[in-house]
Amino acid sequence: MATGHFDHLKSTYFQECGELLDSAYASLTLLSEGRQDDDTVHAIFRAIHSIKGGGGAFGFDRMVAFAHVLETLLDLLRDGRMQSTGAVVGLLLRATDALSDLVAAERTATLVAQGFEDALLAELGACALQGLGVVPPPVPRVAASSSPPGAQAVLYTIRFMPHPGLYRNANEPLLLLRELKRIGDTTIRAELARLPSLERMEPEDAYIGWTIALRTTADLSRIEEILDFVSDDCDLSIERVPDTVEIAADDAASPAAPDTLSIPVAKADQEPRRGEGYVAPTSVRVDVQKVDRLVNLVGELVINQAMLVQFGALLPPDVCPGLVGGLATLSQHLRELQEGVMAIRTQPVGSVFSRMPRLVRELSTQLGKDVHLVITGEGTELDKTVIEQLADPLTHLLRNALDHGLEAPDQRIAAGKPAQGTIRLAAEHGSGRIVIEVSDDGRGIDRDRVLAKARQRGLIDDASTPSEEEIDNLIFLPGFSTVDVVSDISGRGVGMDVVRSNIQALGGRITVHSRQGAGSRFVLSLPLTLAILDGMIVAVGRECYIVPLTNIIESLRPQSRDIHPVAGCGDVVAIRGDYIPLIHLSHHFDVPGAVSDPARGMVVVVESETAGQVGLVVDELIGQQQVVVKSLEENYGAVDGIGGATILGNGRVALILDVAGLRVTHPPRPQSTHLVQERWR
Amino acid sequence: MMAKRVMTVDDSKTMRDMVGFTLRSAGFTVIAAEDGKQALGLLASNPVDVIITDLNMPVMDGVALIRALRADPKWRSVPILMLTTESDAGKKSEGRSAGATGWIVKPFSPDKLIDVVNRVCG
Amino acid sequence: MNRAISTGGGRGLPTAAAAPEDNSQFITFTLCEQEYGVDIMAIREIKGWTETTSIPHAPAFIRGVINLRGIIVPIMDLRARFGMELAIPTRMHVVIIITIGTRTTGLLVDAVSDIITVAPASIRAVPDMGAADGATLLTGLVALDDRMVSLVSLEHLIGNAIAQMPAAETRLQPAA
Repeated sequence: MATGHFDHLKSTYFQECGELLDSAYASLTLLSEGRQDDDTVHAIFRAIHSIKGGGGAFGFDRMVAFAHVLETLLDLLRDGRMQSTGAVVGLLLRATDALSDLVAAERTATLVAQGFEDALLAELGACALQGLGVVPPPVPRVAASSSPPGAQAVLYTIRFMPHPGLYRNANEPLLLLRELKRIGDTTIRAELARLPSLERMEPEDAYIGWTIALRTTADLSRIEEILDFVSDDCDLSIERVPDTVEIAADDAASPAAPDTLSIPVAKADQEPRRGEGYVAPTSVRVDVQKVDRLVNLVGELVINQAMLVQFGALLPPDVCPGLVGGLATLSQHLRELQEGVMAIRTQPVGSVFSRMPRLVRELSTQLGKDVHLVITGEGTELDKTVIEQLADPLTHLLRNALDHGLEAPDQRIAAGKPAQGTIRLAAEHGSGRIVIEVSDDGRGIDRDRVLAKARQRGLIDDASTPSEEEIDNLIFLPGFSTVDVVSDISGRGVGMDVVRSNIQALGGRITVHSRQGAGSRFVLSLPLTLAILDGMIVAVGRECYIVPLTNIIESLRPQSRDIHPVAGCGDVVAIRGDYIPLIHLSHHFDVPGAVSDPARGMVVVVESETAGQVGLVVDELIGQQQVVVKSLEENYGAVDGIGGATILGNGRVALILDVAGLRVTHPPRPQSTHLVQERWR
Repeated sequence: MMAKRVMTVDDSKTMRDMVGFTLRSAGFTVIAAEDGKQALGLLASNPVDVIITDLNMPVMDGVALIRALRADPKWRSVPILMLTTESDAGKKSEGRSAGATGWIVKPFSPDKLIDVVNRVCG
Repeated sequence: MNRAISTGGGRGLPTAAAAPEDNSQFITFTLCEQEYGVDIMAIREIKGWTETTSIPHAPAFIRGVINLRGIIVPIMDLRARFGMELAIPTRMHVVIIITIGTRTTGLLVDAVSDIITVAPASIRAVPDMGAADGATLLTGLVALDDRMVSLVSLEHLIGNAIAQMPAAETRLQPAA
């Protein structure tokens, strides 16, 4: 079995394996919920079968050998010779996990420990034993055909007498004869004995036979190979002839034996198996890169159009009256085009959710907890830019729920709960965003401990009396390890502050609601895409910045008397009784020539999770615009307080503010400057 | 002489790509379908000289496709090759009875595939 | 003013003579009348100076970023990077856009001079004149007629290494 020919197709193969495994898991989940559907089992079989088939072509022998045994078991199930009991399904799940690992090992070219799959192989074999009555043999190797080097030419007599029905399989004797001629010297004689008279001839029957004298250096097996397909539909004999003897008279000999297989096989069914329940979605497969290029192009169009609008505004109105109207129509069409193109790139959140069941399975076994994972809303769609970033925070939240939220089965029973805990993972659209919930019916947040710890760490005033909700959300503060959150002492906590900063980096929010003894519910709210953004353009000195609209509470020009300096903290502005701290963007970003008196400029009040409301002092508001977010990090790096860049209608780059990041670095820490400088040395 | 046209039918993109790549490098024109039903649809306006089909496919599998092809006067005499694995023996003989011309065992070497295709369609 | 020149042989510049396989080609440019060279294979484009958008808290030698047909590209003032004073760029100044790995950066220089072909044998090592850190920005020196061309190490110039460097800016010794 030669390898290497198809190496350039490896990435296609691995991508397909990903999809096949997803499909297998989806079907296995259905099976585990009791849907003993023919189609479901067939789907799993096909998935494993395809993974095995492709893997063979690349020489992934170990993975193929494992897949083969798993496939044998699945074959028994689809034949109905075995029932898919809970235990069997559990075994299939674990085996699929192992197969997934073996595939991943090939994809990343890492080594898997010797004997990794042995236990499972034994289990699979034992399980199959019940259905087969015999342990499935290993994968038969395809024997390489050998041709003897520098062989002597040998003379064969081949008698090839087709049965009448030979043509029904579209075999063409002429082609076979030609191929025989190519491997040696031939003398061919047609045998017309069975040819009937014209009026009795069936036009599609085969009557003519041939006797071929073939002198060749090729192996006998080569000749047999050429005639392999027709061997069942003819009387065939191949005899080696000593050189002195001429073509012998006919004598029927046994036809060449077809390849035999050593695997015990089910009787061929009468009906072809068809996955009738499967409805193929009408969809088109498109390379992700092509979609990205489209999205970028449309983004450029939007920018170009904005530039045209600017130029148009420079013209006197009567010079070209249709221009403004035309540009407005263009703008509208472009917006629709952009929405359409962004919609192509959206994916169901299920693609991230699908990894979670395995995680829950493995962790619950590890931690000795009995858990049922319920997933809803997998079809909720969002842009791939957000999806890609979701895996980590979701994983953290699930680990957290499993490790600290849910109690051990005996503790649950003692508390009057069912031994099996439930974790719910749900997604839905809400007010232009996507809302994801991770909830459990575990022990909930121990508020007394949280409050005590927060006071101890100085994160909260001794005097203040926060509400229950406020206490719960204290767990998101930096320095608050989850181990302190609940009374459980097992394991390492995963900082909730890490989860929150991940989510915020996406422009999202996370909150928690908890009832002691009953469980906790984490709610994530995320934008649908990271690629475009509604923003307010503000001017500071010569520069323009974009403030994301979602962060803006209000904008105003304050009265001088409402501005108060606070010792050591800068200025604050009084708005309806509250004091909002001010940040002068000109100071923060070192922009010369900006308006420094807020009463002569504008204050944009923004809000972020990290520290509530802040007023940004800018020169003026330019206008609201939907902008395409471009990466600053790709060629430069991260900057505190900046969350990306965009290109304005005038062709210039404008930086997009990261409001949450602003607050954290106010006043600007020397460290951040240092880090960027270090990178550039 | 015009290039011979091949249709490859397989629900695995990797397989379709492998067959396509191999045969195109040997000078064939290759069109691809994901399952039997799609194949029949494509054949209506894309005549071919040989069809290579997997046996395990959703919607309409290989054996059903072979039956449908042999039942259609247009495709009665087109060579049909089955892509099989060693565990497919049952389906393979079904396919033979349904009218398949020959078979190629997976995993295949490119030379072998080209040989077999040439053997059945010249 | 945008003069786009394709890499590897550009139109409009004097062409180098056909070179044997292992010779490298460099585009040379001037900074304060000293001549430097960068590997032609890394060069994506050469354009005129355009206004940049400044980046907060950036090192002094980063002038800011520009929009290069849809991607955001930082512009580095090479004079400042090599320890000379900041340039006062005008439309006559030139920006060389280079790509190293996945990062694209623009280098602000005084003017572009020539394409030269250099045999590896004629590249001399940079003499150690005590400023160890300054030397690593160059890969070597080449004598051309009576000029000396300092070949710039783009990897070190743009590289990601967050090595501990002394606080003082890297300096090149002036040409002897």
